[in-house]
Amino acid sequence: MNFYLTYFLVAFGLFAFVGLFTMLGVYAERKVSAFIQNRLGPTETGKFGWLQVPADMLKMVQKEFIIPAAADKILFLLAPVIIFIGVYLGFAALPWSAGVIPADINIGLYYIFAIISIETLGILMAGWGSNNKYSILGAMRSAAQIISYEIPAGFALIAVVMIAQTLSLQEIAMQQGVLAAEKVKFLGIWDVSHVGGILSWNVFRAPHLLVAFVIYFIASLAESNRAPFDIPEAESELVAGFHTEFTGLQFALVFLAEYSMMYLVSMVGVILFLGAWNTPLPNIGPVALADWTTGTAWGIIWILLKALALVGVQIWIRWTLPRVRVDQLMNLCWKILTPLAFACMLISGVWRLWVM
Amino acid sequence: MVNKFLNGLNTAWRGLTLTLKHLFVGNFKRKVVSVTDNNYFKLQEDTNTIQYPKQALPSPEVGRYQLDVEIDDCIVCDLCAKVCPVNCIDIESIKSTEGSIGETSDGSKKMLYAAKFDIDMAKCMYCGLCTIVCPTECIVMTNQYDKTVFELSDLTYQFSDMAPEAVAEKKMLVEKQNAEREAAKEAKKKADEAKRQADEAKKKAEEEKRKADENKGGEEDGEGGVLA
Repeated sequence: MNFYLTYFLVAFGLFAFVGLFTMLGVYAERKVSAFIQNRLGPTETGKFGWLQVPADMLKMVQKEFIIPAAADKILFLLAPVIIFIGVYLGFAALPWSAGVIPADINIGLYYIFAIISIETLGILMAGWGSNNKYSILGAMRSAAQIISYEIPAGFALIAVVMIAQTLSLQEIAMQQGVLAAEKVKFLGIWDVSHVGGILSWNVFRAPHLLVAFVIYFIASLAESNRAPFDIPEAESELVAGFHTEFTGLQFALVFLAEYSMMYLVSMVGVILFLGAWNTPLPNIGPVALADWTTGTAWGIIWILLKALALVGVQIWIRWTLPRVRVDQLMNLCWKILTPLAFACMLISGVWRLWVM
Repeated sequence: MVNKFLNGLNTAWRGLTLTLKHLFVGNFKRKVVSVTDNNYFKLQEDTNTIQYPKQALPSPEVGRYQLDVEIDDCIVCDLCAKVCPVNCIDIESIKSTEGSIGETSDGSKKMLYAAKFDIDMAKCMYCGLCTIVCPTECIVMTNQYDKTVFELSDLTYQFSDMAPEAVAEKKMLVEKQNAEREAAKEAKKKADEAKRQADEAKKKAEEEKRKADENKGGEEDGEGGVLA
């Protein structure tokens, strides 16, 4: 019986975290975009505008719940829920620290990739159910984009998995620090099992994994429908793409899903490439920085910092690069990222056989 | 292909460094100086936008923004309302009953009261034609440009300084005068009519007299003929 209580508590905690992160993300997005464009962003609501997001939420809650007359009611009502739940369920398998993981399943990575694919279904439902040309165009672009970019992202991740020899996220995390059970080599030559820190992260375990990380990061931008790959929303062409017709709380749910997705893909990137919850500080002789900054609480701090930094990079990229065209998007995916990811996977195999 | 890819990465990186630079250095507070200052355009570097309601660029004294009317100088000639291309000026005049009611600062005589002088600034297109045609230069453009209001009706500026009672009184006076004049006219008309009738009667009487005289003359002629 207590099991279920824990499950509910964990689920509620994750939901609270997602909500909190979305609020922070929206505020950061507004402020960063403002500073990049030499503006100040929200300043009037509260000190430094920190009440802007709660005010926006209050506004959204008050809004009328509109279902277009021509919409398919069931699909329209279900779509935001499915979009959000698809992303939210992905959080179940993410490790937060040594021993802190909601569900320690040995196919964690596989599970996450399977479950966030559901988001595409929700987006298609939203587009079709709205019975609106902009929505269906946005939804179809989104489906095409997410399905295409899952291929380079998937192969980039497989490159890591082949080196790590496991799909369990907690085990992959464990391998990238001083707690590793096996030998960790920096670029395959220098044994850093007891040095730890940034040197034992997966990106430095083999040179091609750095390329794989860049591929994964670009693909993850596309999967979370972020600029410069935000053609499913494309304000200038499609109003708001698949969520054109949503109002109030439904729109809030779509928004929540978008920001949760940002955090989720950043978290997966951090776990697989950037040392998960391991400290970036290495042991330098008697100054055992890595040993000192390893622990349950430290783990949570490190993984949060790393994931938020990656989210920051996503925001920074969004406010720098213009949106790519559909053909450019597909060119990048199929002609550059996919072959590169394949090459990474091949090198991983060779690396595993001959170097490790 | 490879070149294109590398070029893409290179340009993306250049853009990213640019925005990163702006993220940290582009937000110094803007110092507010007039556009006439020699440093004006240099001050725009690495500063954020002017925080308008809290900071405002000084607008030149000769700015051609909102209209203002010095109603004491207005002779209510209605020229501005007539020339306005968008019909945003609405004037209602009342004639003075006692002739001149005063003088403007340039010496023109005021013969009319301005019962209503409304300018709808929501319609105004800032062409300035009204300021050109005004004979007493009482309608001018000022350097005030902020006209944020909560009610649309607040954008209709009312310049007439007459109280509603005064307007009603003046209107009554004019009506009374008009009525008096009408009455005088009527009386004159009646008098004329009476005079005309009297004249006619007189004429008739004269006619009859002349006829009678004629008859009498004929007899005289007859007599004369006999005599001749």
